[in-house]
Amino acid sequence: MGNTDDIIVVKNVSKYFGKVQALRNVSLTVKRGNVVVLIGPSGSGKSTLLRCMNHMEIEDEGEIWIDGQRLTRDEKSINQVRADIGMVFQHFNLYPHLTVLQNITLAQRIVRKRSQEEAEAIAMEQLKRVGIAEKAESYPAQLSGGQQQRVAIARALAMKPKILLFDEPTSALDPEMIKEVLDVMLDLARAGITMVVATHEMGFARAAASEVHFMDEGSIVESGTPEMIFDHPRLERTRQFLSQILFR
Amino acid sequence: MASGETSIPRTPALSIPRETLRSKLERFPWWFVAMVSMALATMGVIFSQPSYNQAFVFIRAGIHVTITTTLAAFVISLLIGLMAGLGRISRHVFFSNLSTLYVEIVRGIPMLVLIFFIAFVAVPAVTSALNALGKMLVDAGVTWLAWLTRIENNGVPMQMRAIIALSVTYGAFSAEVFRAGIQSIPKGQMEAARSQGMTYWQAMRYVILPQAIRNVLPALGNDFVSMLKDSSLVSVLAVRDITQVARLYAGQTFRYPEAFTTLAVLYLIMTLILSLGVKALERGLSHGQHR
Repeated sequence: MGNTDDIIVVKNVSKYFGKVQALRNVSLTVKRGNVVVLIGPSGSGKSTLLRCMNHMEIEDEGEIWIDGQRLTRDEKSINQVRADIGMVFQHFNLYPHLTVLQNITLAQRIVRKRSQEEAEAIAMEQLKRVGIAEKAESYPAQLSGGQQQRVAIARALAMKPKILLFDEPTSALDPEMIKEVLDVMLDLARAGITMVVATHEMGFARAAASEVHFMDEGSIVESGTPEMIFDHPRLERTRQFLSQILFR
Repeated sequence: MASGETSIPRTPALSIPRETLRSKLERFPWWFVAMVSMALATMGVIFSQPSYNQAFVFIRAGIHVTITTTLAAFVISLLIGLMAGLGRISRHVFFSNLSTLYVEIVRGIPMLVLIFFIAFVAVPAVTSALNALGKMLVDAGVTWLAWLTRIENNGVPMQMRAIIALSVTYGAFSAEVFRAGIQSIPKGQMEAARSQGMTYWQAMRYVILPQAIRNVLPALGNDFVSMLKDSSLVSVLAVRDITQVARLYAGQTFRYPEAFTTLAVLYLIMTLILSLGVKALERGLSHGQHR
């Protein structure tokens, strides 16, 4: 691919679930170090687009390139690509049978083949970064939702990923816990980590996003800087969506 | 106790309703007391009356056969069950169909019939197939496999056939237990593991199975208790387990009540001990539950 600054290139991607078309000819380029926010009503294809980027879903048409490498159906190469892409889920998906520390060291050891000591050192470093080093020996169920999500972010960071994908990371949180997660994400954005975030948090988008894409019915219908999208939306559909979430 | 209750008389709605003696008595496991006393009473009879004592000493000799058969068959059935359970959820057409075929066949045949079939049809068929295979290989020059030709059908002891039959039968049951256990783990667990670059098998091994097996341990424990009871069926192969020995004793002495009462009590004692073990395991698991 031409420009080495383009770390994610999505080209004319379509995806069907049975007869429902989840993505319609979507194209999107993410530059290294940028923070891209996807907004849009539920069912608009944000999650599907995000999940196509690490082949948790496989596109039916089009191409996806990650750091110059085209995603294929080959299991071995996709596992390597996934190790380089951290993913944070709406429902955290921590491993409940493992401690926080073990949650963060597991994939480091079996995918990155790091030693126990090295993996634990990196895990503690990332736990400090998200501000909950003292919970290393706790089990996920003993933590609040906000803490669990921060552990999930630390788990993703410990793999030293090139890209972080966030699939509505605050949607399952109680309101008073949203801020602690957004603060961590804001720090990561300022540290220059490439991020693609599906979210409804306009405050975060304004503060961190390089660009915002509004999705509706499987297409990206409007794109621009946060100011352009939030303050001067061109399309009636965008205006309508924003008014709905702002006065929720 | 009583003073503690009277000190907060004005907030009846907030105080936890005291458990009445009546409800305690109603919830008490009387059946268990009855069962234990029946077992103890019979044990008393066994040890006081010479005829029962004699039957007990005779039948006792079969206990180790019952226990070894059950234990061996259970371990093998777990291995078969885990493989077949993984096969059931496999996206691979061949493995999923093979596992389903196995489970459905076993479920459709009575256990007693399956024991006859495996002992007198399947095992001879497999031994002669191995003989034929060995012969072919030896003819082709693979002499180190010549031992295959020397396997004799008569050389397979009945206890081994019984173990094979029980483990094949129970493997189908535990396959379904494992399948349900794996499917009870939320989809997000597999997704999180795969998103970190783990292979399907790594995700199974390190993330899904540890949680699934923990969830199915009580069910597998109950299967173990059932298997102990069903091991009595292998007496039809003349395997000298306690049921067979009891039948022999009754046949020789015509003391049917002594033989079969002792037999029943022996099973009851063994299953009681095991059930208590399973209950303790369940309690231990729910206590240390991290969810």
